[in-house]
Amino acid sequence: MSTHTMSPPAETGNRYLVAGEHHPANGTMLGFWLYLMSDCLIFAVLFAMYGVVGGNYAAGPSPKDLFDLELVAVNTAMLLLSSITYGMAMLEMQRHRVKPTMLWLAVTGLFGLAFIGIEMYEFHHLIHEGAGPQRSAFLSAFFTLVGTHGLHVSFGIVWLVVLLTQLGRWGLTAANRRRLACLSLFWHFLDVIWIGVFTVVYLMGALR
Amino acid sequence: MSAADLHGSDSRLNQSHVHGHEEAHAGDGHHDGDELPHANLRDYLIGFLLSVFLTAIPFWLVIGEVFADKRITTAIIVVFAIAQMLVHIVYFLHLDTRSQAGWNMLAAIFTIVLVVIAISGSLWVMYHMNANMMPMDEHELRNVP
Repeated sequence: MSTHTMSPPAETGNRYLVAGEHHPANGTMLGFWLYLMSDCLIFAVLFAMYGVVGGNYAAGPSPKDLFDLELVAVNTAMLLLSSITYGMAMLEMQRHRVKPTMLWLAVTGLFGLAFIGIEMYEFHHLIHEGAGPQRSAFLSAFFTLVGTHGLHVSFGIVWLVVLLTQLGRWGLTAANRRRLACLSLFWHFLDVIWIGVFTVVYLMGALR
Repeated sequence: MSAADLHGSDSRLNQSHVHGHEEAHAGDGHHDGDELPHANLRDYLIGFLLSVFLTAIPFWLVIGEVFADKRITTAIIVVFAIAQMLVHIVYFLHLDTRSQAGWNMLAAIFTIVLVVIAISGSLWVMYHMNANMMPMDEHELRNVP
């Protein structure tokens, strides 16, 4: 790769200028990866907080009283399915086919919306039962951790819709392909975080 | 004058360079000017099947209360979660030692070290704080100066 970026086109003759000013072509993907790593640290702090105060119920409800594991299983399935459909979109992108790419992206967005819908229903149900974020330290930590993840997914859906309109207008240009690759990383990264959430918050909560 | 002139000609040169680059690699199907992670159907299907497997079993263990001892169940679901995270990182995020000349892997390892320190350190410290600062019992409270 480095030999490619550093060698100037043969016809210029202005070798040193081009070699000096040319940015590495892969800067965006590395930069976006570093952003994801810093986002990972945010979630690490939220997990640490949940781990520390997750047992402080303040005489209120415990995870066992509140969580419906079947619903969480359905929610996990939604996010997992959205990951594989995004993968399909990336495969179509590699084949330079705009319409199938957009179709798979739209399916991914629908699974993402289903995930957010189920999570909103769960949050509404909890708050309605009096188990809102102000009830106990456990519930504050729960709503912060799961809510932050949900917010990430929501912004991922907004990004996805923006990309759909971009693709509809400009097609699979180099810039759009790069954006699709970034959103792919973001989307799969959120799935990785969700593995931590359903294991630590829901499954281990039910075992407590 | 010369700086702007040079800059202008430079950007034009860059563009032509990028074009040449893309055309040269058009046949590859996966190699762009910006080195995007390339995927294949096999990876996605393997990753998906493994993660269905690694998700379903922990849920089954907890909902079905398969083991009487909760510590065994906890240990198993933690192992499954770590395994599934690795599956996602390898098959979906396409992290390997070659992506971005190894910088992705280096950043990921650094992040994992920080995450482990932050989480285990917090739990450790706060657990001991909790154990050593228990609320005083009645007898102690009465003798507070």
